[in-house]
Amino acid sequence: MLKKLLVANRGEIAVRIIRAARDLGIATVAVHSAADADSLHVQIADEAVNIGPPAAKKSYLNMAAILAAAEATGADAIHPGYGFLAENAEFADAVAAAGLIFVGPSGDAIRLMGDKVSARSAAHAAGVPVVPGSAGRVAGIEEARHILIDTGFPVMIKAAAGGGGRGIRIATNLTEFEQAFPQAEAEALAAFGDGGLYMEKVVGRARHIEVQVLGDGSDAIHLCERECSLQRRRQKVWEEAPSAALSESLRDRLCASAVALARAVGYSGAGTVEYLYDDEADQFYFIEMNTRIQVEHPVTEMITGVDLVAEGLRIAGGEPLRLKQRDITPRGHAIEVRINAEDPARDFAPFPGKVGDLRLPGGPGVRFDSMLYPGYQVPPFYDSLLAKLIVHAETREAAITRLTRALSELSIEGMKTTKPLFLALAADETVRAGAVHTRWLEGWLTENASRLGGAQG
Amino acid sequence: MAQILSPLPGTFYRAPSPDKPPYKADGDAVAVGDVIGLIEVMKSFHEVTSEVAGTNIRFSVDNEEPVMAGAPLADLD
Repeated sequence: MLKKLLVANRGEIAVRIIRAARDLGIATVAVHSAADADSLHVQIADEAVNIGPPAAKKSYLNMAAILAAAEATGADAIHPGYGFLAENAEFADAVAAAGLIFVGPSGDAIRLMGDKVSARSAAHAAGVPVVPGSAGRVAGIEEARHILIDTGFPVMIKAAAGGGGRGIRIATNLTEFEQAFPQAEAEALAAFGDGGLYMEKVVGRARHIEVQVLGDGSDAIHLCERECSLQRRRQKVWEEAPSAALSESLRDRLCASAVALARAVGYSGAGTVEYLYDDEADQFYFIEMNTRIQVEHPVTEMITGVDLVAEGLRIAGGEPLRLKQRDITPRGHAIEVRINAEDPARDFAPFPGKVGDLRLPGGPGVRFDSMLYPGYQVPPFYDSLLAKLIVHAETREAAITRLTRALSELSIEGMKTTKPLFLALAADETVRAGAVHTRWLEGWLTENASRLGGAQG
Repeated sequence: MAQILSPLPGTFYRAPSPDKPPYKADGDAVAVGDVIGLIEVMKSFHEVTSEVAGTNIRFSVDNEEPVMAGAPLADLD
């Protein structure tokens, strides 16, 4: 078992990880920027180290400062949380090179899944359905024309070295394609110093469904799926488990494919395999694997009763997987909504305010993961996530009713938050029917913006 | 002499992206409505437009430094 854990993160996830460590009797070290000296994760950890100025680049992304803090405090392990350095293979390697344990997969596994082409190849090799397209880099226009037989139109041409939506072109017919391909090649070479391209069918209307896995480096299990189709600007805002859209047989195939991939790459720790699910074609396609704990992990914890962060810490400490697949029996339905410091009435403008009176929801089936306390000044330097409200009930319908009840108990004075958005969504017929896809919320927001002028968070 | 104040709390940037030149070089003239920098608040970027005109801009906040709402960003003659 680990003895002293340094948590290389901030906000609600740092609080979450420190709690799991303390539950296991592991001592904790918080690190923080100068702007986070008063934050909750600093207050509840056994020790805290200031690792630099407010800018993330100079603190939470500063590998040398984090490793120095680990050495100074005698920590034997580092948990990266999500975001910041969580999927940085170089950091995982540096932690190992310093003789410390990185809580998560190896640097090599992070690298393999971090590169879009190698991740796709690994998925394909493990028998996981991938979006029809090139098996890897496309050798040239001749090969590209051949791949079009599988993909059809519209087709996406992506730079292998691109990311975050950069270096993507979409062609809707052959003429456009013949023009776009050489242009994309030249552009990729100029922008990324690498003209490598790959191609993918454009999947139209689809749901975002992902499978939670746990691995110990040799064996792996799944903890069912989550659906996260309600997204704004590609950011998930509402996540639930299980997905109401899957048949039993499809769910089995989907989850088995995630386990096959985790095993194939010798995955260690908690990870998530993400898919697009096309309802009409009843087909799912691998998108990517996230090699870390995810924001929405609590919905899985609520339906399975497994503490994913604690299991990750046990595995990092050298224990084999304690749970077998037969130990995982999901019960009921869970929903998580992200309470962000954003004003939905003003196009989700960020709102870095000071928390006044604070009333939190409670009672059966309600969980509130947060770093808030009365008097807390929310700093403007980091992301806007303030809290995750998670509810659990026997059915999806009961969970939505419970969500409305819990939201109505929540009051964060002094702040504008996304609470009015979730009250409106919970009352929406389409959401209640679960008839959504990844682009549904953007359209709904255009039509319903005027209804989101709620009172104080 | 006039001052340009930060409309928001966050991180101040003098250029639209790291590989682009700054909106205003030291000593430049500024017209009303000119963009003089960006403020990053919770990962979203907001242009800072000047409400005053003047010459010889002098920045009091360095690139990528934290600022509070209402804090002076630059002085003009």
